[in-house]
Amino acid sequence: MRAQSSKSRIEKHHIEDLIGRSYMSFCVLLLIVSIVSMVYFVTSRGISTFAIDKVSFSDFFFGTNWSPEGDHPSFGALPFIAGSFITTLLAALIASPLSICAALFMTEIVPGWGKKLLQPVIELLSGIPSVVYGFVGLSVIVPFLRNVFPGQGIGVAAGALVLSVMILPTITSVAADALSALPQNLKESSFALGATRWQTIARVIIPTTLPAILTGVVLGMARAFGEALAVQMVIGNAPFIPTSLFESASTLTSVITLGMGNTTMGSPQNNALWSMALVLMLMTFLFVFIVRMLEKRRSI
Amino acid sequence: MKAKTADKIATYVIVTLALLIVAVLAGLLGYILFRGVSHISWDFLTSAPRKIRAGGGIGPQLFNSLFLLVLTLLITVPLGIGAGIYMAEYARPGRITGFIRLIVEVLSSFPSIVVGLFGLLLIVNIFGLGFSLVSGALALTVFNLPLMVRITEQAFRSVPPQQKEAGFALGLSKWKIVTTVLFPVALPAIITGTILSAGRVFGEAAALMFTAGMSSPRLDFGNWNPLSPSSPLNPFRPAETLAVHIWKINSEGLAPDAAEIAAGASAVLVITVLIFNLVARYFGRLIYRKLTASRRMN
Repeated sequence: MRAQSSKSRIEKHHIEDLIGRSYMSFCVLLLIVSIVSMVYFVTSRGISTFAIDKVSFSDFFFGTNWSPEGDHPSFGALPFIAGSFITTLLAALIASPLSICAALFMTEIVPGWGKKLLQPVIELLSGIPSVVYGFVGLSVIVPFLRNVFPGQGIGVAAGALVLSVMILPTITSVAADALSALPQNLKESSFALGATRWQTIARVIIPTTLPAILTGVVLGMARAFGEALAVQMVIGNAPFIPTSLFESASTLTSVITLGMGNTTMGSPQNNALWSMALVLMLMTFLFVFIVRMLEKRRSI
Repeated sequence: MKAKTADKIATYVIVTLALLIVAVLAGLLGYILFRGVSHISWDFLTSAPRKIRAGGGIGPQLFNSLFLLVLTLLITVPLGIGAGIYMAEYARPGRITGFIRLIVEVLSSFPSIVVGLFGLLLIVNIFGLGFSLVSGALALTVFNLPLMVRITEQAFRSVPPQQKEAGFALGLSKWKIVTTVLFPVALPAIITGTILSAGRVFGEAAALMFTAGMSSPRLDFGNWNPLSPSSPLNPFRPAETLAVHIWKINSEGLAPDAAEIAAGASAVLVITVLIFNLVARYFGRLIYRKLTASRRMN
């Protein structure tokens, strides 16, 4: 009798575990299926520009002429690739010093109320939707640039400014986490040697946390590179390589945003847009790869 | 003395730049609310938009955004919690776990427009769901799932291991321990994280332009039959959300008061996200207080 009840109990356990395991396996499987199908579909459509429409790699990546509807259609995507890289790098250049200072403010200068002040600010900034950033950029930054600098206001500078505010929270929170995880005795020994706070920050704190801070910068750049709507609203969307900060330009994401709805699936122009999506996807892989490399360095 | 001067200058610079960020946020919120709130009225929140004439509202868009949010959470929450539990409690360090971790990492940094394109190709065209709420919700699932997995994993990892050991000592099965011992403890963190992720989903636009569509059919809010094309509850109708609407008016708005509508809609969007943030924070504090009180009693 007793043996039987304990046996049924074990079976009940097995059944419970089986149900739980199959449920979880299904969830995990779904994750795997979603990424595999995403990579497969984007890649298969993305390479059709080269496979079906016979556009050469060098024409696509280094051609500067984007006129898909002309008599002699050409699919030079260099202006968009250049636009994406320029705005992303500029945004990182503007946002990184600000973010690092904010992180230092929160952890080193006034750890008490500095954190209480900046933590909600960072959270709110990261919560504001990107279209709202675009709207504010369009109605504040663009008129400001138009009044102060030459040009129409829309352009690379406006795009970079909007993006820099958007990636501030990403860099700041990663940097602040790294700074507050720093062992206390490192700082104390530096102070004991008679170093000032700035000397400690510049010679001890920043060098030791550099890989982590760079991780934050790369994550921010990944976000800036993939951001579509906010940039599209303020950058002007001209298919040329910009020669000045106040000139209109396009990014990969802004061209896809505007073009995808107006082209038919399978046309050469549509395929070229998918190739740009493929470039975006490969860049995401690259960013994740760099982040992993930096994290490996951090753990040593 | 030189080192001291450098220290002073550096401190001033750091403090100034940090306060600059606070000023940027204050300016942003102030601008959005100042420009937008005066335009918000009950009529603005409930009436349909007009294409060419002034005076349109955002009623259907607001409804679509909320409905889409509910649909997305219905799909992502159970799936994300399942995968998160696996990552926290079952996954052994090894190649497969490393691979899944990489997937979560890659998925969460995917540009949302690429997710939107993927949705356009697979869900809208190949599955034939068309521009619809379901397509939008599925695209947002791809977008939101990695976030939910992370939230759940972190919540489960922060549960004290003694609780699990106590469960094992009682002879419970692992799944029983997960569902009846660990899950209730991890729940507050999961709920807080879910509300925060809901804020992100609510403001998402790029992934929805090509999946949920950029138009909204004439809705009859008296019609609650989910299969009728004019019913707001029909999940197979196209649905323009609030964020997509803001983008559309800013880039191709024809109404004479387009700027005011954009300002009002932005204010509504930001206020909603703020409410999500406050609710998440309040809820987290409430649960935390309950937990600490019960600890004190023991």
